[in-house]
Amino acid sequence: MEFFDILFTASFWVAAIRIASPLIFATMGELICERAGVLNLGIEGIMVAGAFAGWVTVYAGGDLWTGVAVAALVGAAFGLVHATLTEPFGLSQHVVGIGITLLATSLTYFTYRIVLPQVSSPPRIEPFRNWAVPYLSDIPVVGPALFNQTPLTYLAFVTVAVVAWVLYRTPLGLAVRAAGENPSAVEAQGLSVTGIRMGAVMAGSALMAVGGAFLTMSAFNSFFFEMVNGRGWICIALVVFGSWRPGKALVGALLFAAFDAYQIRLQQVAGGIVPYQAFLMMPYLLSIVALVLVARRASYPRALMIPYQKGER
Amino acid sequence: MADDTARQAQTVLRLSGITKRFGALTANDAIDLDLKRGEIVALLGENGAGKTTLMNILFGHYVADAGAIEAFGKPLPPGDPRAALGAGIGMVHQHFTLADNLTVLENIALGTQSIWSPRLDRTSARARIARLSGEFGLSIDPSRAVSDLAVGERQRVEILKALYRDARILILDEPTAVLTPGETEALFATLKLLVAQGLSIIFISHKLKEVMAVADRVVVLRGGRLAGERRTAETTRQELAALMVGQEVALPNAAPREAGPVLLELRSVSTAATAGTPLRDVALRLHGGVITGIAGVSGNGQAALAGLLSGTLSPRSGQLLVGDAAPAGWSPCTALDRGIARIPEDRHAVGSIADMSVTENVISERYRTEFSRYGMIDWAAARRFAERLIADYDVKCPSPETRIRLLSGGNMQKLILGRALDPDPVVILANQPTRGLDIGAVAYVHARLIEARDRGAAVLLISEDLDEVLSLSDRVHVIADGEISRPFARGEKSISELGEMMAGHGLEVA
Repeated sequence: MEFFDILFTASFWVAAIRIASPLIFATMGELICERAGVLNLGIEGIMVAGAFAGWVTVYAGGDLWTGVAVAALVGAAFGLVHATLTEPFGLSQHVVGIGITLLATSLTYFTYRIVLPQVSSPPRIEPFRNWAVPYLSDIPVVGPALFNQTPLTYLAFVTVAVVAWVLYRTPLGLAVRAAGENPSAVEAQGLSVTGIRMGAVMAGSALMAVGGAFLTMSAFNSFFFEMVNGRGWICIALVVFGSWRPGKALVGALLFAAFDAYQIRLQQVAGGIVPYQAFLMMPYLLSIVALVLVARRASYPRALMIPYQKGER
Repeated sequence: MADDTARQAQTVLRLSGITKRFGALTANDAIDLDLKRGEIVALLGENGAGKTTLMNILFGHYVADAGAIEAFGKPLPPGDPRAALGAGIGMVHQHFTLADNLTVLENIALGTQSIWSPRLDRTSARARIARLSGEFGLSIDPSRAVSDLAVGERQRVEILKALYRDARILILDEPTAVLTPGETEALFATLKLLVAQGLSIIFISHKLKEVMAVADRVVVLRGGRLAGERRTAETTRQELAALMVGQEVALPNAAPREAGPVLLELRSVSTAATAGTPLRDVALRLHGGVITGIAGVSGNGQAALAGLLSGTLSPRSGQLLVGDAAPAGWSPCTALDRGIARIPEDRHAVGSIADMSVTENVISERYRTEFSRYGMIDWAAARRFAERLIADYDVKCPSPETRIRLLSGGNMQKLILGRALDPDPVVILANQPTRGLDIGAVAYVHARLIEARDRGAAVLLISEDLDEVLSLSDRVHVIADGEISRPFARGEKSISELGEMMAGHGLEVA
């Protein structure tokens, strides 16, 4: 019975939403890139860089929101590098993406060592605090889970709505979706494929970095190595799981986070009998299963991973 | 009256001295072209004559090395599709530039509203599309997804896209290549309607018949140069053909032969829906000494039929007989061993390995047997074979070591033809054997196929070019939606009857 009781505790849902938040940011970021036709494998490294940039800004005396902005800028800068190499220069998106991940990660660790040469345990900052939405947060279970979170979590949900609106309701979103499907349609209508794709990659990378910053500024209060821990790769899977749609990707992120929160609690309940590694594995196993079931039917952006080279044959 | 004549003579577009080089190749050499208001000009030429290059320069996809363009009296800045659109030039590309994941409305509205506007104005777009559809007889439901549209409908969307942007000059690049005869008629009617409203049209084609039917004036390009200009009322197809090729072209001499024995047969074969339209309960007999043509609009099961014969696909039900037995373990290897030669539809993707040499490509079907000694490839024999094919099939290539991707389409096709025909095959699958070739190369391929037939081989000719099917085949089947009609003898059905069947109406199944 204990297994099911977990699902009815507020703390479980609070944790699920908290775990989902960085995934939501980064998934939306990846989704924007891929909708424009660019697979951004730099996501893991960009999240690391964002996590550090936001944290170090606050550590150096900046205000929390300044930290978020700096993280976004750092993300956009890596996005610019990625987009410049993959679009005007037309290099392989796989190679560039992995390169960006390695570069961003190493550069971050290097900078960390330069900034803090002496410390053995990472210093802490004062992170975002929970902000209870008046009245709504008093609803049992749902209230604390959804309406007593940090402002960054609220921002994550707002981001999904904004991304969905922009993609489906604005001329810009139309251009982004067309660029990922058939770039020549975009060019034939007088728009710049390169410009749209570069913009999408920069905006997407900024969101990824904010996702990383959530870890150091909201979920925890300090920066340590390996803290992103493959979340970026999960987000790439979540985009596929969500069939490149913001709403479905949000559901995927929440589902994954719920599994993760659940397995942590299961470890405490059943950890004596089953090795805890089995529980750690669970969300990933389930995401593979879900991916197999969902992604087979997904229609992916047709021009994904194909660099667009204008004109000259 | 004088005023009317003046308006008639108004030049809306003037290209002067357009020159464009790609490396050593001069695709356009000092070309001049004028377009008047309310006029349809056909740009006629073989593949590689420079038609599409010229239009891509006009539309700003390419930048010319020399020359100038003037639209409605104003110079057009080079290399900027946006400027071309702004000047009232619309282009319907040969390969449609539509995004399949968007609706008709979204495709048309793409790029027409300020990119930073917080909301796409669908209401006004819908109204405008409805007005244009009514005005020009281009009916289409704007809320349909483009992925659900048939080819003819997609073309309508492309034309609407141009009209939506107030195009006064419309360029159509090989617009009929993908249409059924019926759809082509409808397109021509639309074009006449457009010029009646004062638009001007440049119609790119290599089909003489269409050019004569629709254009007021014909500009012929040959090898990147202007070869001549004629009013359609004052010229003949023969004259245009001569201008286009620069020499007289012999039509294929396909006097029918006595039909030989059945060499390959499909008995109520159906295929699984893995790639494209599957075949449904198809019966087909290929006789020796007969060219059997398959007429149809692409995507109606031709790929499955070709897959069956080449061994990449097995029947899900029904029987495939080679000679009089069903071969066990049907695969590309079995097909080759049974003497089935393949000329694949896509010579770049399937027919050749781009970065391998001519030698490696021509032995690719036989390296395990003839060109193998003690399990090693006999390169000396392979090279001799490649040299022989190059000589026999009149291939222009520097050496057998040349990577095949560096050859022109025609030369590559000749090599593939040689590879297929050299071992004296029993059955020849010729899938779109002349797609994208110039008239000279087409005549060559046709002659070789007829030669193979006269030697007693069974030839299956799959082509989207109805003229090709009709001129070459001894008997014709129509393929529509995975079904294949009974065979029709030469001249048994008129083109319009065949066209009806190609569109899926009243297919006469055996």
